[in-house]
Amino acid sequence: MSTLTTKTVRVEALARVEGEGAFYVKVKEGKVVDAQLHIYEPPRFFEAFLRRRSYAEAPDITARICGICPVAYQMSAVHAMEALFGVRVEGALRELRRLLYCGEWIESHALHLFMLHAPDFLGYADVIQMAADHPDLVMQALRIKKAGNDIVALLGGREIHPINVRVGGFYRIPKRREWDRIVEELKWARDAMFELVKWTGQLPFPDFEQPYEFVALRHPDEYPFNEGRLVSNQGLDIPISAFEEFMIEEHLPHSTSLHARIKDRGTYFVGPLARYNLNFDRLSPLAQEAARAAGLGPTCYNPFQSIIVRGVETLYAIDEALRILETYPEPDAPYVPYAVRAGVGHGCTEAPRGILYHRYVLDDNGLIVSARITPPTAQNQATIEADLRAFVEPRVHLPLNELTWQCEQAIRNYDPCISCSTHFLRLQVEDL
Amino acid sequence: MAIQRKPRLAVWKFASCDGCQLSLLDCEEELLAVTEQVQIAYFLEASRAVVEGPYDLSLVEGSITTPADVERIREIREASRFLVAIGACATAGGIQALRNFGDVREFAAAVYAHPEYIETLKRSAPIAEHVFVDFELRGCPINKHQLLEVIAAYLHGRRPNIPTYSVCIECKLRGTPCVMVAGGVACLGPVTQAGCHALCPAYGRGCFGCYGPMETPNTASLMAWWREQLGASPDAIVRALRTYNAGSEAFRRESEAYEHAHD
Repeated sequence: MSTLTTKTVRVEALARVEGEGAFYVKVKEGKVVDAQLHIYEPPRFFEAFLRRRSYAEAPDITARICGICPVAYQMSAVHAMEALFGVRVEGALRELRRLLYCGEWIESHALHLFMLHAPDFLGYADVIQMAADHPDLVMQALRIKKAGNDIVALLGGREIHPINVRVGGFYRIPKRREWDRIVEELKWARDAMFELVKWTGQLPFPDFEQPYEFVALRHPDEYPFNEGRLVSNQGLDIPISAFEEFMIEEHLPHSTSLHARIKDRGTYFVGPLARYNLNFDRLSPLAQEAARAAGLGPTCYNPFQSIIVRGVETLYAIDEALRILETYPEPDAPYVPYAVRAGVGHGCTEAPRGILYHRYVLDDNGLIVSARITPPTAQNQATIEADLRAFVEPRVHLPLNELTWQCEQAIRNYDPCISCSTHFLRLQVEDL
Repeated sequence: MAIQRKPRLAVWKFASCDGCQLSLLDCEEELLAVTEQVQIAYFLEASRAVVEGPYDLSLVEGSITTPADVERIREIREASRFLVAIGACATAGGIQALRNFGDVREFAAAVYAHPEYIETLKRSAPIAEHVFVDFELRGCPINKHQLLEVIAAYLHGRRPNIPTYSVCIECKLRGTPCVMVAGGVACLGPVTQAGCHALCPAYGRGCFGCYGPMETPNTASLMAWWREQLGASPDAIVRALRTYNAGSEAFRRESEAYEHAHD
């Protein structure tokens, strides 16, 4: 075989991701010369049409950026507005917001783990094919996913684009008895998920570790959902209001897309693996036990093992939802009052795929003057491309079909949400 | 003798949030039963396996916003026996149709550092503006039970049974007291098509129009009532009508009537 071969690994329509993307890796004489994740999802201009809308509309409008993680958009939006108005949502209402986020993590993680990612490890094109050989696994997965959706549907009103979130709290608080059936399902799901985390630990993982800089929220007492400081494993420790000072986008000459970097340093990694590495000590004892049973220590640098970590976080979210529902504090009022004022508000919460940053400038009437939204996949894009480069080089000898599938899997490690990213990333116009 | 094969289902995406096609994966209790009846021939969000067309039923999510997508939807139409537009983006242009009331170049400049790289149309258009659509399933997002009804209807060669009356009927069926009459809360329910089971009023807030205009809505009368009885400002009325179904005829026309009005 000649060493002067050029090989291109290319997928023009990436499957089992949310949104429309493509990638290609070009190899020349055994070396990767280019690796790009393309975003060809059409732009929708959210930041532009949010201008002159009311602050109160931001949670409902930004939810429409992503049908998979609408709660994350609603949470980042309401926290940004509340920070601006100087109002704190505490106690029972705060607990219920955690509960809503638990629901979204469960449904989103279960979707990705079992329906989008697991088929790669077991060699199936999709979950439907997988179900033919592993019916029990798929039935359990769907039931767990449904338990998460049930939380969002009751507390949020519906699974996709919930209607019950508002600045200051909620419109209506469900009664204790409305949760009875869901509590029973969650108890079943907790046991099932514990076993399934162990199952993920037995999947075959390629030997692939990279020196990532992980970035996630960190809270004094909790595994992070809505609050905390932004920290990294390389010393970053900033309030969320400093996000734009430290997280910058660069236009690199080798690429036509914007790359997120930490100022004066390199690319960074957000999402379940980042949260896990930075917050293992904040997981519930049961979630920690499951991680250990799956063969995972308190740190993990192999993105393929993110499937285990997503399982651990799913179990944590089930466990945390049950903790909240055991006491289920019914708040005195569905929301706390606040006074609208002009200013700048920042919100950053942990979407299933990682930190989701919102910044709004409001005028005296509470109308939005400008908005900025930075979704997790946009932040991970440069890291995904770096992974493709590092992953392909030692594997160039593989048959093209096999290498292509493994590259797809390397991208799906990040559970990329391209629908989210598109309004931020430049549209890729190069013809593949 | 004809060979019996499962009908082929395809799911296509244009400018959208993925939520409506996710509704199919959110059918946790029905998904495997659906796949017993149909072959999922093209559904990128769920599968890397692609079966070539023609397709018996195409579900199309999203709006048309780029020159390339104008071509793509024509090809999809040609390859599809029945084509159903799902969700507010596909039936009315979606939230991204707010560009239709502004200047898309200015929008691009507000979001992107290099707007010259953005290839986009001035308008976000529903699917039916470009190709013939057999049925439009409303909602932002769609109701997954209505989606199952549509799939079942086309499999059995009948029209889907999807009501076109207003959200008010669903409030009555549910026994929810009127939030507008009893609570003074602005509500689009009287002019909005049913389908959500009158969700928002049941949670104590006014309907904000996710399912778009009902059949023959009297939007002008409702907005006059908002103005006179609730003291809504023209700006607030314009914003209320311009969300996920801003591009629909009834909501667009009425919003334009208030656009240049002043208190």
